Amino acid sequence: MSNTQENDHRVDAQNKAMSTVRFSNATFTIGLAALVAALALGASMIGAYPVSLSELLGVLTGTAKEAGSTAETVLLQVRLPRITAALVVGAALAGAGAVYQGIFRNPLVSPDILGVSTGAGLGAVLGIFLSLPLIIIQGFAFIGGLTTVGLVYLIASRVHGREPVLVLVLAGVVVGSLAGAMISLMKVLADPYDQLPAITFWLLGSLASTRPEDVLGVIPAVIVGLVPLVLLRWRINVLSLGDEEARALGVEAGRVRLIVVAAATLMTASVVAISGVIGWVGLVIPHIARMIVGPNFDRLLPVAMLLGAGYLLLVDTLARTMAQVETPLGILTAILGAPFFLWLLARGRQGWS
Amino acid sequence: MGTVIETRNLGIGYPDHPVGRGIDLNVKQGQVLCLLGPNGGGKTTLFKTMLGLLSAQEGEVLLDGALLANLPRNEIAKRVAYVPQAHTAHFPYRVIDMVLMGRTAHLGTFAMPGPHDRARAQEALDMLGIAELAHSEYTRISGGQCQLALIARGLAQDAQTLVMDEPTASLDFGNQVLVLEQVKALSKSGLSIVLSTHDPDHAFACANKVAILADGRIAAHGPPAKTITQKRLHDIYGVRVTIEKLPGGQTVCAPSFGR
Repeated sequence: MSNTQENDHRVDAQNKAMSTVRFSNATFTIGLAALVAALALGASMIGAYPVSLSELLGVLTGTAKEAGSTAETVLLQVRLPRITAALVVGAALAGAGAVYQGIFRNPLVSPDILGVSTGAGLGAVLGIFLSLPLIIIQGFAFIGGLTTVGLVYLIASRVHGREPVLVLVLAGVVVGSLAGAMISLMKVLADPYDQLPAITFWLLGSLASTRPEDVLGVIPAVIVGLVPLVLLRWRINVLSLGDEEARALGVEAGRVRLIVVAAATLMTASVVAISGVIGWVGLVIPHIARMIVGPNFDRLLPVAMLLGAGYLLLVDTLARTMAQVETPLGILTAILGAPFFLWLLARGRQGWS
Repeated sequence: MGTVIETRNLGIGYPDHPVGRGIDLNVKQGQVLCLLGPNGGGKTTLFKTMLGLLSAQEGEVLLDGALLANLPRNEIAKRVAYVPQAHTAHFPYRVIDMVLMGRTAHLGTFAMPGPHDRARAQEALDMLGIAELAHSEYTRISGGQCQLALIARGLAQDAQTLVMDEPTASLDFGNQVLVLEQVKALSKSGLSIVLSTHDPDHAFACANKVAILADGRIAAHGPPAKTITQKRLHDIYGVRVTIEKLPGGQTVCAPSFGR
């Protein structure tokens, strides 16, 4: 029958189309990774102490003519840790944002929604307020972030008979604003000459004081958070259809969501502990990634993380080079993120997806 | 023909808010059971209980003879597939990805759909005649096409029974007919279907069995011609209707306006 034949042709054509789509997706991801790597190389050369390409390659490959040169110290102690931190923080925030937006089925959701950032902020501000050493401040930030999300989850699990996702988000808003109030209280009580500037700078986000050991400490935590997200990537797609449909499709929605939220929170809290609060990355970058590769989490996660890494690297490089004084990252990400978001809004409904 | 889904003295609703009780229904392989009843009569609550999304307040649900309450989530999904009302998705998944999600119950926890799953999804799209939509975005196709895609997802789930919550609601006239034709075709291929509708004509068109659910109880239950009567429709909906057999053999139901 000619009809069947026609059908076969069509299916063939589609299969071809599908494989080209997948091929170009892989190519795109690899190309993006190469671009981010090139940006990282470029960023290592510029700054208050410019480094030439040959010096950079010498240090990176361990074949520098003279050991202990200024270039080597600048690169290994200051610039490369900071660049690595920008890449890791950007990737983690954007990855966590993509996860939160998917499973809370709300494109306006970001890693801040469950109070992670505010909770981490409260922990860090408490540490600064008590004049504790930096490593303890970071520990406080991490614990503060996880505790807030734990509290939000606990509250939400005690409320029955309402849409669970809505309860979770509302609980996040409430607990987050409570933590915000505590932060404000400590700002009022803090020493205005010594502690307040440190608190303010931390709340606006900065990678200026990143040390090599900070980066080495945060990478394992990010990987631990990332592994379940990669493994559960198909189930995260199914969860984005909503609890009821996900369960009807055979997914234990509550349990999977708990694991996924815990993993994304671990990623967020661990990077916030070294960077301070950096808004907008986790909100805007997943949108852009979704516009490019679609919502399928399998493709969305790597692209969102790469875009996040590249974006925060660019912003941080701007922050350390554009003026004599360091510009806090949170200010730059807001200046860049807010107009973009308004543009999305003006573009109408399709922009949300 | 085995019984694929059965409810015994089923009570539905919530612990502090019972919706219905004493519901005895059964569906055999290849049968179409159509649920009629006014809004708020408990149709959706009954469906959710049959799918294990709400727990039974009393009595029990059996799937292929197994007690639903004892089955893990993915085993339920392998036996009964849920086709929700065509909805607006939050994210623009491609239709093929949407249908592939029907394969989830057959996949390991950490697995992605493989070539076999893709073939099964493609087959389901072909069966419903929407193969050309495979790579369209789900958010950009019509309501009727969305409903067909969701039915395709139910087929890809490889369950014996499809539970469809008002599959014809919010569809235009042509798409309603299209969906009902698919329901008939699927039941001919051996699947069992439970669906709810607001239109008695739809029950006449595709069902072997009709159950009328009003105030949380089964008011009537049996073959369409015996169950859907002028008096019953008047009792549940409070309107007078005429039921006529057309020359072609089809039965239709028309409200008697202004009389």
